[in-house]
Amino acid sequence: MKLNKTKLVTEDGRRIDGRRPDELRPIRIDIGVLKNADGSAIVEYGNTKVLAAVYGPREVVPRHEELADRAIVRCRYRMLSFSTTGERKSPAPSRREIELSKVIREALEPAILSSQFPRTAIDIFIEVINADGGTRTAGITAAAVALADAGIPMLDLVAAVAVGKLDGVLVVDLNGIEDMNGEADMPIAIMPSLGRITMLQLNGVLSPGEFKSALSLAISSINKIYELQKEALRRKYLTIEE
Amino acid sequence: MSSTPETLLIPKIKYSAILNVISKGFHVDRRSVMEYRQLNITYNVAPNADSSVLLRLGNTQILAGIKLEIGQPFPDNPDEGVLIVNAEYIPAASPVYEPGPPDEDAIELARIIDRSLRESRAIALDKLVITPGKRVWSLWVDIYVLDYDGNLIDASMLASMAALANTYIPYYEVDQTTGSIRIDRNKKIMPLPINKYVATVTINKIGEYMVIDPTGEEEAIASGSITFSVSEDNYIVGIQKRGMGTFSTDEIEKALDVALNKGKEMIELLKKLTAVTK
Repeated sequence: MKLNKTKLVTEDGRRIDGRRPDELRPIRIDIGVLKNADGSAIVEYGNTKVLAAVYGPREVVPRHEELADRAIVRCRYRMLSFSTTGERKSPAPSRREIELSKVIREALEPAILSSQFPRTAIDIFIEVINADGGTRTAGITAAAVALADAGIPMLDLVAAVAVGKLDGVLVVDLNGIEDMNGEADMPIAIMPSLGRITMLQLNGVLSPGEFKSALSLAISSINKIYELQKEALRRKYLTIEE
Repeated sequence: MSSTPETLLIPKIKYSAILNVISKGFHVDRRSVMEYRQLNITYNVAPNADSSVLLRLGNTQILAGIKLEIGQPFPDNPDEGVLIVNAEYIPAASPVYEPGPPDEDAIELARIIDRSLRESRAIALDKLVITPGKRVWSLWVDIYVLDYDGNLIDASMLASMAALANTYIPYYEVDQTTGSIRIDRNKKIMPLPINKYVATVTINKIGEYMVIDPTGEEEAIASGSITFSVSEDNYIVGIQKRGMGTFSTDEIEKALDVALNKGKEMIELLKKLTAVTK
């Protein structure tokens, strides 16, 4: 049965985990967590934990996939078999994972200056370690800093967050329970300095007015995440200097 | 793994010729950039299906078929029928499509249509229960792209909606002692219960211009697109941005206005076309 009876937002405007509607979960960004990858990062949005690794620009295998005028960007989003609540997830790629790999690639690719590296490949691997809502958005945030960590020239970072509707209230950064039982879930990725939207999806129902408010709510939250991304990158270079 | 698609090389002269026409507010086939191509629907092209539709939108052709089967409900939704949407780009549809299981584009297409129908509650799945918690109708929507000339999402959504609106629940009897169900597909008891119509409107960005319903060659030079799923009661029931281009918030809001207008127009047209067959 659906848990529609449980209140997701209380009368005093608090959510099940005590947050206000426009409050993000605690966000942690660690950069350079893998030795072999050219760039890597772990990003946590509350209990959601995602690892991103970047290899490249490197030689394209198989060779026939290379493009003469630009680097190809390859992306795989995957949930580890134990990352979900309840049953073990089969390791075979699901239709959802195939779609998300494409959506995430299209969210990141506009930021990458891929014409500077013709006949190469840039590979992005996103592994969901623990899933509690917002895995694609945490994955994009992680992959963007991993790309920067790999030294790949970009127009801007990409930061992402989901906006949703719970009991008629617009909220930001849905957790797993909110995502399952809410009326709408709208993940958005933006290049924050340029104000360009690179990913926009909606799963649920919104009125045109709600959509516009949701969009501006997302933008202000994404700017907060952007600051955390930049701070994490700065922190990494400070430790190298020391 | 999802990889940067190989795009066809388009000669600069062709690119600028198309862009030039669009900058004047027209498609290459002379209609306005905010106009759909001629829509043509043929019903019952596969009589063995519970409903089938051949839809033509200009030169794009989509074949959508519905099969109703008796199945089990999902454990988390014991009192609802099951909706499953599949899509396939058949190799006959374009020289670049290859045989094989659905690729990421086909999966994305199917999932956009699945979400639009599911989230809007377009189909009254709660009325497709035979024995609560045990037996329900499974509604299989299968979409085949027969010929490619752009705008597959909008065309597939229209085809699916048309096929669903023309589906009837067959007569069935539940044997009280064994619990087995006998179906007589020659007798129909009621039309598939539909709560509301849904249409998708995909806005393509070509150069700096917004265009709906592009032809194949126009779509090849579009940097990206945004699809809004719109229900007949004027709600947004799904969004998907596709492709490598980006959008500003201004562009998104303009695209939304176009989608709300055109969505309403296409739903009205579809209703008119379905009414003729009844």
